Amino acid sequence: MNNIFNLDEKNMDIAWCPGCGNFGIHKVLKTVLAELDILPENLVLVSGIGQAAKMPQYIRTNMFNGLHGRSIPVATAIKACNPELTVIAEGGDGDMYGEGGNHFIHAIRRNPNLTVIVHDNMVYGLTKGQASPTSQMGFKTPVQVTGVLLEPFNPLAVAIALDASFVARAFIGDEKQTSEILKEGIKHKGFALIDIFQPCVTFNKKNTYIWFKENTFYLKDHDYLNRLKAFEMAIQTEKFPLGIFYKHPQKKAFEENLEIYKTNKTPLVKRIYDRKKLENIINTKR
Amino acid sequence: MDSLENRLKFSAKNKPLVSLVLCGEAGQGIQTVEGLLTRIFKLAGFNIFATKEYMSRVRGGSNSTQIIISSMKVSAPLHHIDILIPLDEFAIPHLKERINNNTIILGDKEKISPEREITDIPFTKVAQEIGNPIYANIIAVGIITAIFKIDPKIPLEYTRKRFFSKGEKIIQGNVKAIKKGYEIATDLVINKNISKLQIPGPNSKQNIKDEMIFNGAEAVSLGAISGGCNFVSAYPMSPSTGVLTFLSQQSNNFNIITEQAEDEISAINMVLGAWYSGARGMVTTSGGGLALMEEGISLSGMLELPAVIHLAQRPGPATGLPTRTEQGDLELALYSGHGEFPRVIFAPGGLQDLFYLTEHAFNIADKYQIPVFILTDEYLMDTYYNTQAFKLNKGKIKAYIYKTKKDYRRYRFNKNGLSKRGVPGWGKGFVLVDSDEHDEWGRITEDKDLRIKMVEKRLNKINYIKHDGIAPEFIGNENYKTLIISWGSTYHILKDALEYIDDDKVAYLYFRQVYPLPTGIEDYLKKAAKLIIVENNATSQFSKLLKLHTGIEIKHKILKYNGLPFFADELASRLDKITNEKEVVR
Repeated sequence: MNNIFNLDEKNMDIAWCPGCGNFGIHKVLKTVLAELDILPENLVLVSGIGQAAKMPQYIRTNMFNGLHGRSIPVATAIKACNPELTVIAEGGDGDMYGEGGNHFIHAIRRNPNLTVIVHDNMVYGLTKGQASPTSQMGFKTPVQVTGVLLEPFNPLAVAIALDASFVARAFIGDEKQTSEILKEGIKHKGFALIDIFQPCVTFNKKNTYIWFKENTFYLKDHDYLNRLKAFEMAIQTEKFPLGIFYKHPQKKAFEENLEIYKTNKTPLVKRIYDRKKLENIINTKR
Repeated sequence: MDSLENRLKFSAKNKPLVSLVLCGEAGQGIQTVEGLLTRIFKLAGFNIFATKEYMSRVRGGSNSTQIIISSMKVSAPLHHIDILIPLDEFAIPHLKERINNNTIILGDKEKISPEREITDIPFTKVAQEIGNPIYANIIAVGIITAIFKIDPKIPLEYTRKRFFSKGEKIIQGNVKAIKKGYEIATDLVINKNISKLQIPGPNSKQNIKDEMIFNGAEAVSLGAISGGCNFVSAYPMSPSTGVLTFLSQQSNNFNIITEQAEDEISAINMVLGAWYSGARGMVTTSGGGLALMEEGISLSGMLELPAVIHLAQRPGPATGLPTRTEQGDLELALYSGHGEFPRVIFAPGGLQDLFYLTEHAFNIADKYQIPVFILTDEYLMDTYYNTQAFKLNKGKIKAYIYKTKKDYRRYRFNKNGLSKRGVPGWGKGFVLVDSDEHDEWGRITEDKDLRIKMVEKRLNKINYIKHDGIAPEFIGNENYKTLIISWGSTYHILKDALEYIDDDKVAYLYFRQVYPLPTGIEDYLKKAAKLIIVENNATSQFSKLLKLHTGIEIKHKILKYNGLPFFADELASRLDKITNEKEVVR
């Protein structure tokens, strides 16, 4: 299929295992971006480290592949310095909720206009099979030998508790619904969290395609403007709800609140600063 | 520690000056008095210098401020105290090592119940007579300016201007307090001790009124603005916070985004995002914060993205002495970040350096696409004196940004080792930066030959940077026997100390760029019969670096690591001892 986000290179060497849920997200993301008429030149994909974080390597656009856990601060600054760009931060559950947990929390408070896509497979892939923050209790790994003892991190409940402006969950087993959710998330103005269930076919033999299919359901007649209701759905973990849980559409984005953009929308990179003003400041120290 | 007599031998030799110290607990208004006195003295044509030492607490404790008033330029603290104003009973014990028989202590005997003889001035009682005990500090201002025979019009006009917004009642109270201070001083001048003091006069040749008063944090901030800084992200940490505060307050004037990050890791990553996006970013932090930023500094090296890092040092390890000073993090800056990549480290010596080197740091970072450090410390941040206005560059800031073409390669191999740096959204190309080893386009690779070429590309930049470096400043006679070496904040202290020693066989080599070291410094070192290094740390980190680069070991080390800066008189005495020592020839 022709898509402006496809890389030209033939035989692109993709580092994912055959059958990995990342392939589905790769396909859906490119389609959604094209459908939204975003120009590859005006998009930046920011990622950390991990198998999911390799996504920008395989898409024809600008890329900042930084450090493990640190994609959100980088993305926040890119967007703040040039609000004309579309900025997406992408990574796995370890990257975003483990190593980058503090940034995740405070970015929600800051509310930059970013889409944060988290590939949630409940396991560490690149480091070969240890527990992730979202691993289910009892999940056995070479490190968690008697099974995971920690309560799984609940990203949606945390995000809603912090009044995140857009909170959703998808399952890549359903590409059509995932692309609808993703589209809404990218269009949304403000911090948009999209947690995508994505099976790891190599290191997680428990949370498989079939398991996710059997243990998820779509939200029905759900009022995503109702925060309490959204929270109630977010803490359901017996079976995981999918869809848009919560939206706070009135919330102003971080960049909009910055004084420097209140009267002048020009990105920082295109501005010229006034030396005369500096001279005046220096003169007040006389 | 050397004897008090020895130290006094060097106190204020040849320089007409008075060392005044105010000491009390946090919240007693020392800063107000300091602000008033320094501005009034400057208006009256005196050179002023002020620095403070304080405890890591919001209320209580013993904090002191030293103000040196002189007809000549002074830019370094002194150990000895000529006039002390203790504001509570803990002040005299706190400063006992610095008080000598000639020190004049002006205090409220009833309040401070001193063990030694002092000149009793019932500040509180007199202030109450005026109408409010808060005027006690203003009475002290009046007394001091009167001792220096300053026309009372100057303090009266200045306090009126300063307290203008507080209303007429407060202004009148202050006026009365200043006048009362002058009355008290008339009696005091007859007092034997005060008449013994050599009171300097104003300097009529130097146009002091037109000079500026900055502290170190302001000088760094203004330098950053002049360097085109438009993005600052930081987590508050003493003594680096002043820069974040100043730039936040100026953010609207100069189109600066300032953001208090959730932690230092976020701060450095935000700054890299900012540079990537076409802004000029800076972090400001101290040692503990820098330790957290190390991975980000390494990322700057790998991505070849510029970063400006203001590192205001304080004594460690760990929390150490949070409000005190030390030059203990040179090696931290030098080796921070895993892997091998080039960097530049500047170590400003005073206000002028703080401004120009910070400005320069932005250009060097941008030009060579590397992390650049500005290594300051608590002493520099909290010190101020009158200095000439900073000269501003005319014209636009040279930004090393390239408008990309369709086939753009972020890491294209070029003869000069530098690839053109594009920014996303400007031009037709894509800007790919990768923390993994990457190819010319910026995509992940494990190709071994490419790895070698990329490593060499990054490391080779240091050779270009060396040619663009700042040579050390040599002060003294070419036919020196002893060469003193120092870096960073000891600069002015050493210069003042050398004036006290006044020995033409002693020269001084000062490094304001500590890394990379320029070639040819061996010649300076080899010429000296005796080498002395002065560092505000315990392990002489800079002499280790010099040895690494020149093979020359510096035998004599003058080190200080009690949390305070060197005092010029103390340093003169320690230098004198070594310069007069006979070298044993083997």
